[in-house]
Amino acid sequence: MGNHSDGSPNHSGTVATAGQNVVEKFQDPGLPPHRLRLADTDPRAAKRAERQVAILFGISVIGTVIFLVSYFAIDLGQDSTIATIRTQNLLLGLGTAFAMLGIGTGIVHWAKALMPDHEVSEERHAIRTEEDRQAAVRIVEDIVEETGIKRRPLIRNTLLGAVALAPLPALAVFGDLGPRPDDKLAHTMWAPQGGKLKRLTRDPDGTPIKASDVTIGSAFHVIPEGLNELQEGKLNAKAKAVVLLMRLNPDDLTISKGRETWSYNGIVAYSKICTHVGCPVALYEQQTHHLLCPCHQSTFDLTKECKVVFGPASRPLPQLPIAVDAEGYLVATSDFKEPVGPSYWERDEHERLINS
Amino acid sequence: MSASSTAEVPFVPTSKVGRITDFVDERVGGSGILREFGRKVFPDHWSFMFGEVALYSFVILLMSGTFLTFFFDPSMAETHYSGSYTPLTNVEMSVAYSSSLNISFDIRGGLFFRQVHHWAALLFVASLGVHMLRVFFTGAFRKPREMNWVVGGVLLILAMAEGFTGYSLPDDLLSGNGLRIIDGVIKSIPVIGTYISFFLFGGEFPGTAIIGRLYVLHILLVPAMILLMIVIHLFMVVVHKHTQYPGPGRNDGNVVGYPLGPVYAAKAGGFFFIVFGVVALMAAMFTINPIWNYGPYDPSPVSAGTQPDWYIGFVDGALRLMPGVVNDFHLEYVIFGHVLTLNVLLPALVPAGIIFTVLFMYPWIERWITKDNREHHVLDRPRNAPTRTAIGVAGFTWYCVMWAAAGSDLIATHFHVALNDVTYWLRTLFFLGPIFAFMVTKRVALALQRKDREIALHGRETGRIVRLPHGEFIEVHAPLDDYKHYKLVGFESPVPLAAEPNEHGVVTPKEKRRAALSKWFFEDRVAPATPAELEAAHGHGHHEAIESGEEHKSLSH
Repeated sequence: MGNHSDGSPNHSGTVATAGQNVVEKFQDPGLPPHRLRLADTDPRAAKRAERQVAILFGISVIGTVIFLVSYFAIDLGQDSTIATIRTQNLLLGLGTAFAMLGIGTGIVHWAKALMPDHEVSEERHAIRTEEDRQAAVRIVEDIVEETGIKRRPLIRNTLLGAVALAPLPALAVFGDLGPRPDDKLAHTMWAPQGGKLKRLTRDPDGTPIKASDVTIGSAFHVIPEGLNELQEGKLNAKAKAVVLLMRLNPDDLTISKGRETWSYNGIVAYSKICTHVGCPVALYEQQTHHLLCPCHQSTFDLTKECKVVFGPASRPLPQLPIAVDAEGYLVATSDFKEPVGPSYWERDEHERLINS
Repeated sequence: MSASSTAEVPFVPTSKVGRITDFVDERVGGSGILREFGRKVFPDHWSFMFGEVALYSFVILLMSGTFLTFFFDPSMAETHYSGSYTPLTNVEMSVAYSSSLNISFDIRGGLFFRQVHHWAALLFVASLGVHMLRVFFTGAFRKPREMNWVVGGVLLILAMAEGFTGYSLPDDLLSGNGLRIIDGVIKSIPVIGTYISFFLFGGEFPGTAIIGRLYVLHILLVPAMILLMIVIHLFMVVVHKHTQYPGPGRNDGNVVGYPLGPVYAAKAGGFFFIVFGVVALMAAMFTINPIWNYGPYDPSPVSAGTQPDWYIGFVDGALRLMPGVVNDFHLEYVIFGHVLTLNVLLPALVPAGIIFTVLFMYPWIERWITKDNREHHVLDRPRNAPTRTAIGVAGFTWYCVMWAAAGSDLIATHFHVALNDVTYWLRTLFFLGPIFAFMVTKRVALALQRKDREIALHGRETGRIVRLPHGEFIEVHAPLDDYKHYKLVGFESPVPLAAEPNEHGVVTPKEKRRAALSKWFFEDRVAPATPAELEAAHGHGHHEAIESGEEHKSLSH
């Protein structure tokens, strides 16, 4: 085979060296000769193609009929079931598909088999002539010159200043799109109201939870008492207040200083809103005591006060201080001691505010 | 025409179609346009279809979307469901979700139109992406088409925005969690993040304003911008005329293809119906976004395996890959009493920012490196621009790693591997994948060029083995015809451009950097075969005289 492709620059010329691009090149042989199709030479083949196109258009007509029949014959009344809807959707879709594909494939087949398939060559014209180009540049220069903007910097600078400021009202009018954030993100529904501590209740029905109902290894989805009775802003309140309640063997828990009274008999409550970007941390692995966020897989270790052990979150889940009231129900002794959910610019400020 | 117009008798069309054309022309004067466009030549290639698919998907989106607006109510007011989907009867939900359920279950054809709309949306963004890959890898973005490339990039961003705003409208559990992630990302923006979040949602998340606002963006503002960009895009295609693949008879001075009327118009017009038919087929057979399974939005539950629509996946994947804590170093820290959430901010903004910045600037970057200021209308075969192709594949690989990361949990459950390991591997690939892809692609492109060169010089393998009188076995090679041969040799192969002094005779540091990049760009190259080499190839071997075939014998003797 010779060694023309082994890359040895001295012998083969495979690897080009400087100056090689000036060597002579192959001449363009021009467009290949046109090859006739069967339908161009054989009238029977042309006739056959014609029939095929007509059949495809016929299929389209059938598709349209299928659509109309399944639209009017199948009615979605009160007694219709999911199966009815499924059937109708399938038939409407197949009808449309046949109607469209029939027309589409028919036209394309017609174009490919019967319309002239000579490739033609057309000259490209320059986007503009050299004369136009020079004239255009001159016109722009003349216009700029006649305004005198270069000679009168006072006009230019004040104009620039005015134009720079003029859009500000257009930004300002969006000021009423929403209220100021203030410290709204710092508080949740768990704060005791009028000295009465909020009970932990089940999500979604709102029934209170007795400490004795919480067995070791169990987990509860919790909302604050009174959430379901809110007249407005229920989802807003819920988006901050949802809590996961779990009971572990008290010996498994590592409790830091200051949090000794936040749990009860191994029962702990943590915010369910991920500190990453706010998904609900909905998965609890009973064996490893890990909480896992299904959105981005942040993993929190329950035994270490929900410290981050894996994933994109950077902060532990906030803990809700809980106790038991006189009737044996679990209550929150205060609001969270830090803002819940994803971090934001003012978060640290708010945390200091809560703890002051 | 000339015969009748030079005579005193005015030109009178003879056919019926001709008379109608003439009637319209005499009143609105379209004959100039028709003369310009009626027979305008368009090059034909299967890879030119992707842009058409995108355009047609958008038309389907406009039609199906208009139908949906007649029935959809973007209100977040509370209601109790009373439609015919019994599992959700009397469940508390927003009017938006309830009306989406009604479209699906109580309006004939509503489910079909919802599915057409969603499938067409997925196809729209996908075809845009593939079209842009085609344009990149063939070098179609080069002068004079740089600005149209930018318009295309803007279209891609708008399409993603349009997709995301639409995805959120039904107010179901899945899309609500998607919005919550967006809210979390917005809140991570320094200084103004909290304000933007409150202004967007009209207060705290989720509030009661967001669906209505997204609806206006989705049906009015963004589609209007997309439409405007499409008009500019197509106008520029007409101004530039379409690019064409290299081949015999094709050069930068001409355009070879079918005339618009009738062949090209028929094929392109027929293709619209084919795209519509395929989308209808998917809507008929494959469920997409079954919102009734998810339930209304509630901030407490979330389903495992949640994922956004595919085109947002790479951002979600980047969010997953970023570690929040590295060896006890927290990527969220307090600076001057304020919180900087780098574990969210960096992955949400930086990869997408890099991808789009490089994408928008690439035509100018390459033009600066190559100093190539000529107009290009003939495309490059990707192998003939190995470095560009390698850059493209590296970028694409980077995107795909992030995209795969958006499904890290599903990869773990489907292949029975640890989720943590999947994440660690993808984190590694995030950095090494593009480098590896660059090297492999460049070598593959150069190898393909060598193969082309081999075939151009020695002909194609015929599979016929011949035994020579002295016992040697050789395979007979047959030469290519001139047209196929030219396709393999008729391309440009630039060499590195050394640093040149400027008008003051100084080689600036910038020019040195450019020269270094030029070297990196063009250093490894395989030159096209030349006539002299072909002659040499045929002249220097006993058996190669057999290879060369009848018509080339005169060359070698």
